[in-house]
Amino acid sequence: MQHLPILPILIPMLAAVLMLLPPLSNSISRHRIFAVLVMIVLIIASTWLLLTSHQQGTQLYILGGWEPPFGIALVADRLSTMMVLLTSVLGLAAQLYACAGDDNDGMYFHPLFMFQIMGVNGAFLTGDIFNLFVFFEVLLIASYALLIHGGGKQKTKATVHYVILNLVGSSIFLFALGILYGTFGSLNIEDMANKVTLLGEQEQALAKAGGLLLLVVFGLKAALLPLHFWLPNTYAAASAPVAALFAIMTKVGVYSILRVHTTIFGEDAGALASIIIPWLWPLALITLIMGAIGVLASPSLRLTAANLVIVSVGTLMLATAMQREAATSAALYYIIHSTLITGALFLIADLISKQRGKAEDRYVSARKMHHGKVIGITFFIAALTVVGMPPFSGFVGKILILQAARGMSEMVWVWPVLLIAGLACLIAISRAGTTLFWRSSGKSSNDVPISRLKLIAVALLLSASPLLVMFGGPITDFTNLAAAQLHDEGQSVYAMLPEGDK
Amino acid sequence: MEAIYAFCVGILTTCGFFLVLRGRTFTVVIGLTLLSYAVNLFLFASGRLKLDSAAVLGQSAEYSDPLPQALVLTAIVIGFAMTAFVVILAMRSRADQGNDHVDGQIRLPLNQTHISDKRNG
Repeated sequence: MQHLPILPILIPMLAAVLMLLPPLSNSISRHRIFAVLVMIVLIIASTWLLLTSHQQGTQLYILGGWEPPFGIALVADRLSTMMVLLTSVLGLAAQLYACAGDDNDGMYFHPLFMFQIMGVNGAFLTGDIFNLFVFFEVLLIASYALLIHGGGKQKTKATVHYVILNLVGSSIFLFALGILYGTFGSLNIEDMANKVTLLGEQEQALAKAGGLLLLVVFGLKAALLPLHFWLPNTYAAASAPVAALFAIMTKVGVYSILRVHTTIFGEDAGALASIIIPWLWPLALITLIMGAIGVLASPSLRLTAANLVIVSVGTLMLATAMQREAATSAALYYIIHSTLITGALFLIADLISKQRGKAEDRYVSARKMHHGKVIGITFFIAALTVVGMPPFSGFVGKILILQAARGMSEMVWVWPVLLIAGLACLIAISRAGTTLFWRSSGKSSNDVPISRLKLIAVALLLSASPLLVMFGGPITDFTNLAAAQLHDEGQSVYAMLPEGDK
Repeated sequence: MEAIYAFCVGILTTCGFFLVLRGRTFTVVIGLTLLSYAVNLFLFASGRLKLDSAAVLGQSAEYSDPLPQALVLTAIVIGFAMTAFVVILAMRSRADQGNDHVDGQIRLPLNQTHISDKRNG
């Protein structure tokens, strides 16, 4: 189907608009049914797109018939379609969880949710760096509204910080785009990759400044070290389904770094090759260390989960800094695992917090949970996975990254930091588990029923963990191919710049 | 012309960043607005500054690059929407927190609370 690549953007957009119109507006139950149906359709479309792009090669969608490099193009290669499918699956789970009641705290939860999905999908699919900015703004403005959804002092405070930071980030993004357009004369990612070796000496300095500014922007989105302070409070303040959906937002930053700094400023970029690597190594290592310290210091499960997001970003950045196909492939596997599992952890934190009454999810002794067994099992699986213990996917992901680092001079740094951070997470999570489930006093608390939808949502996300191990072979084959496609200029450039029409 | 233009953009950016780093939401919003002005001018200049050259073919002897103008237009629209949002958010935060500090509370040394508070705006 010719229009397949644009469907992951169009479906949520149209759905969001339809939900604001009469037959669906004003009825939360109709919103819920419609939204879940749309998400399922979206998953089908994303899977279809992934298979098409996997089997028939990169799909190029030229909007309005304006040929790249001048017009806007969508590029559906293996990496971007994988991320789109990941977004849809996470979106469905977060949505199911929200349908159990969190969406009724304020107006228009589902339309905002759809706009957010549209922005994320757009950011993954676009082949044009200015369009990336536009989709960043789409997903950001939806995320501002989702973050403050439901209201309350804590949320307002977190949102003020988040919005101001991101607006400054957007300004820097535009400065970077201006510099890059001024030097390259093009904003199409693949076209820029072609032109990067042709730059004059003076322009190279400017282009380098632009490329590093982009690292600042993406680092802010991804919560790379000096720019990560917003993350824990923001994620802890958001309502559970929103926090779960936000698990993909840092990955948008990681994806952008991978895409821009591997394709444009990659190894073949002549004088500008690998400009971010000297920065990325120390930043990634310190991010990982600070994330691990944060996990140890967190006073509540939500903050632990938020700090685990930082740990995962540090791990992914380490793999990116290695600049090898094997490392990128490992990073892609780790992205799937960490997104789904941290999402699940936010949902579980909310389940626990609802059960424990006033103690919420803080690590203090409280009365026993009424549904302790069910929640305990889910927590146990999520904890083992996120820490990276066998037989779950975190273990495989970590092994892949460690293996990719073999034979590099930086291995002396990567292995100990990664393993010690894992140990810190293990200690923190086991402390969390013992406090939450065993340090209880008195009778069990009042029977707060758990909605079946919530459990289904958590189970959906958690099932990813064993599935990622069981189908580890095909999945790593796929990520290997995706990484090869990203690193090999020949595979992507010619797919993008058509001779004649395509 | 280039020097004046660059100077203007630089001054706007500096002022914008200075104001963004202040403690009150009002100054922060003004700072963000200045930043977005600076960014728009900067983007406009990325197509090179030219006199007497229209962005439409056949209208003047030389033509200038139309793409930065399209980019600026997009950036203006987005910046405008974001400013509107952040103004409303600042008002909401003022109502929720009871003061207009970005952190929701004003922390100052005990003795000089009120005077320095007013002076620093």
